[in-house]
Amino acid sequence: MKISRKDVEYIAHLARLEVDDLLVDKFADQISNILEYIDKLKDADVSGAELMSGAAFQNNVMREDIVKVSPGPDVTLSDAPERDEDFYVVPRVVG
Amino acid sequence: MQYEPVIGLEVHAQLKTETKIFCGCSTKFGAPPNANTCPVCTGMPGVLPVLNKKAVTFAIKSAIATNCTIARESRFDRKNYFYPDLPKGYQISQYAYPIAEHGHLSIEIEEGLEKIIGITRIHMEEDAGKLIHEPRRDRSMVDLNRTGVPLVEIVSEPDIRSPAEAAAYLKKLHAILRYIDVCDGNMEQGSFRCDANISLRPLGEEKFGTRTELKNLNSFKHVEKAIQYEIQRQAYILDEGKNVIQETRLWDPAKNITKSMRGKEDAHDYRYFPDPDLVPLIVDDEWINSVKADMPELPDEKKMRFIKEYALTDYDAAVLTSSRELADYFEETAKKISDKKLAANWIMGPVMGLVKSEGNAIETLPVSSASLGELLQLLENNTINANGAKIVFEKLVNSDQSPASLVKDMGLEQVSDQSELEGVVDEILEANPAELNSYREGKTKLFSFFMGQIMKKTKGKADPKIITELLKKKL
Repeated sequence: MKISRKDVEYIAHLARLEVDDLLVDKFADQISNILEYIDKLKDADVSGAELMSGAAFQNNVMREDIVKVSPGPDVTLSDAPERDEDFYVVPRVVG
Repeated sequence: MQYEPVIGLEVHAQLKTETKIFCGCSTKFGAPPNANTCPVCTGMPGVLPVLNKKAVTFAIKSAIATNCTIARESRFDRKNYFYPDLPKGYQISQYAYPIAEHGHLSIEIEEGLEKIIGITRIHMEEDAGKLIHEPRRDRSMVDLNRTGVPLVEIVSEPDIRSPAEAAAYLKKLHAILRYIDVCDGNMEQGSFRCDANISLRPLGEEKFGTRTELKNLNSFKHVEKAIQYEIQRQAYILDEGKNVIQETRLWDPAKNITKSMRGKEDAHDYRYFPDPDLVPLIVDDEWINSVKADMPELPDEKKMRFIKEYALTDYDAAVLTSSRELADYFEETAKKISDKKLAANWIMGPVMGLVKSEGNAIETLPVSSASLGELLQLLENNTINANGAKIVFEKLVNSDQSPASLVKDMGLEQVSDQSELEGVVDEILEANPAELNSYREGKTKLFSFFMGQIMKKTKGKADPKIITELLKKKL
C-alpha cells in the first residue's frame, strides 16, 4: 500500500503532530515500506485457523461494583502543566 | 415542496452504578472537582481498566426492556479523538461488536394508535469529563469526575417522522430506564442525554436526504422545539434549491435556534480499533436469565393491567403509568377504596396539580398515598362530601394530622340527616320567593342557584345527593 504526502499530513493532523515539511516524503516512504511488509502476511495460509481478538486467552475479567477511595486531586493533578485550585487549566476550547 | 422528516435519536443514559465502568472511583454527582479520579480514569500510563460487572448487568437489563437481541460476545474498542475532557486521548466504547442489537419499542402516536420504533443497537461506553468555560478569560477548566462513568448509548432506527414522535419515543425510553432502575433519568444533571439526526426528503421519495446532528437537547421540550426548528431550517434551504450541509449543530435554548458547531467537522475520523487492555465480554444464558428473573413490570404491561384490574380508560392508565413512582402512588391509594376511578381522578387532578405547583416529585409529596387513600375513604363512605375533601386535601399539604382528625377539627362531617336538611331546604325556598316563582314558570336553570344557597347555609357540608332529591321533591 502506497502512502502519499497527503496521507502523512492527515495522519499527523489527527495525531496533533507537527511534521517538518522536509520530512514528509521520507515518512511517506517509510510508512509505505512498513505497510508493504505487513501485506506479506496476506500470503500466509490461515485456512483452518480460528479468529483471534487479543493476546490474552481469557474472557470476562470483571470487578464488583464497590467504591474504592480515590486518591483525588492531589495525585491526579500532581503532573498537571497548569492548575487552578483543583481544576486542570487548558487553553479555551470553545469560541 | 412537501417534505417528510426522517429522524433518528441517540440517547446516552448514565447507568446507576456506585463506581465507574473501569475503576473503583465513585460516580456520585456533585463531588468537589477531580475528587473522584484515579490513575485509571485519568489515563495514566501503565494502568489497566477492569470492567464493572454491575454496569454489564444494567446494560443487559436495558437490552431486555427494549426487546433487543443480546450478543453472546461483545468487545470494547478505542474511539480516538483529542479533547481536554478526554484524558486518555480515546474513549473506550463498543463499536464493531456492541452488547445488543435489533430492538424496538412502541409509542402511542394518537389515542389507541401505536407505532413501532426500531432500536439499532445498544452499546456500553465511558463518559467524558466536564469542561467549564470562563466567560471572560482565555481558558477552560477541566473536572474529570465524570470521566469513566458508565453509559449505555441507545441508537434508534431512522423511524421517527415528527417532533411529537421524537418526544414520545424519548419519554417512553426514559420511563423504561427508570422503571428498570438502571438510570435516574435526571436530564438537568446529564444522566439522560439526547442527540438527534434529522434529514428531509420530498414526500414519497425513498432516498434519505443529507442529515444534520443536533446536540444539547437537555429536556423533552427542547428536543421537540429543536427538531421543529431544524425541519423548518432545512426545508427553507431545500426550497431555495440549495444543499443541506452535513454537520453537527448546537441547540441554543435561549434563542430557539440551532447553530453550526464549526471546527468539529474534521474531527470525525475516530480510527476505532479493539482495546488491547480489555478482554472479550461473554454473556451466557445463565446471566441473561438471572436478569430476566429480576425484571420489574414494564410501563406497557402495567398500563394493560391497570385497564383490566382497575377498569381505567386507556388515557388514565397511560398517564398513571408514565412513571413507576406515580403508578405506585395510585395503587397504594386505590387499595383503600372500591371506586378506583375516584383515585385516578384525584391523582390526575389535585395531586398532579400539587406536584407541579410545588415543583416536587411524587415520591416526596407532602401528601402521602396512605393519607390520600384515607381521605378518599371518608369521601366514599359519605363522611365528607367532595367539597370537604378538597378543603382537607389542601390542609394536608402543611399538616401532619390524619385526614379523619382534620375532618373532625374543622367540623367538615357531611350533613346527611334527612330532617335536618329538609328544614334548610324549606328555609331557603321561603327566603327566595321570586326565584321560586321563576323556577316554577320554567326557569329550571335556577336549580343550581338553590343548591348554592343551601350549600352556603350549611357551610358546604350538606350531602349533595340528599339535597338534590329534597329540592326536586319540593320544587
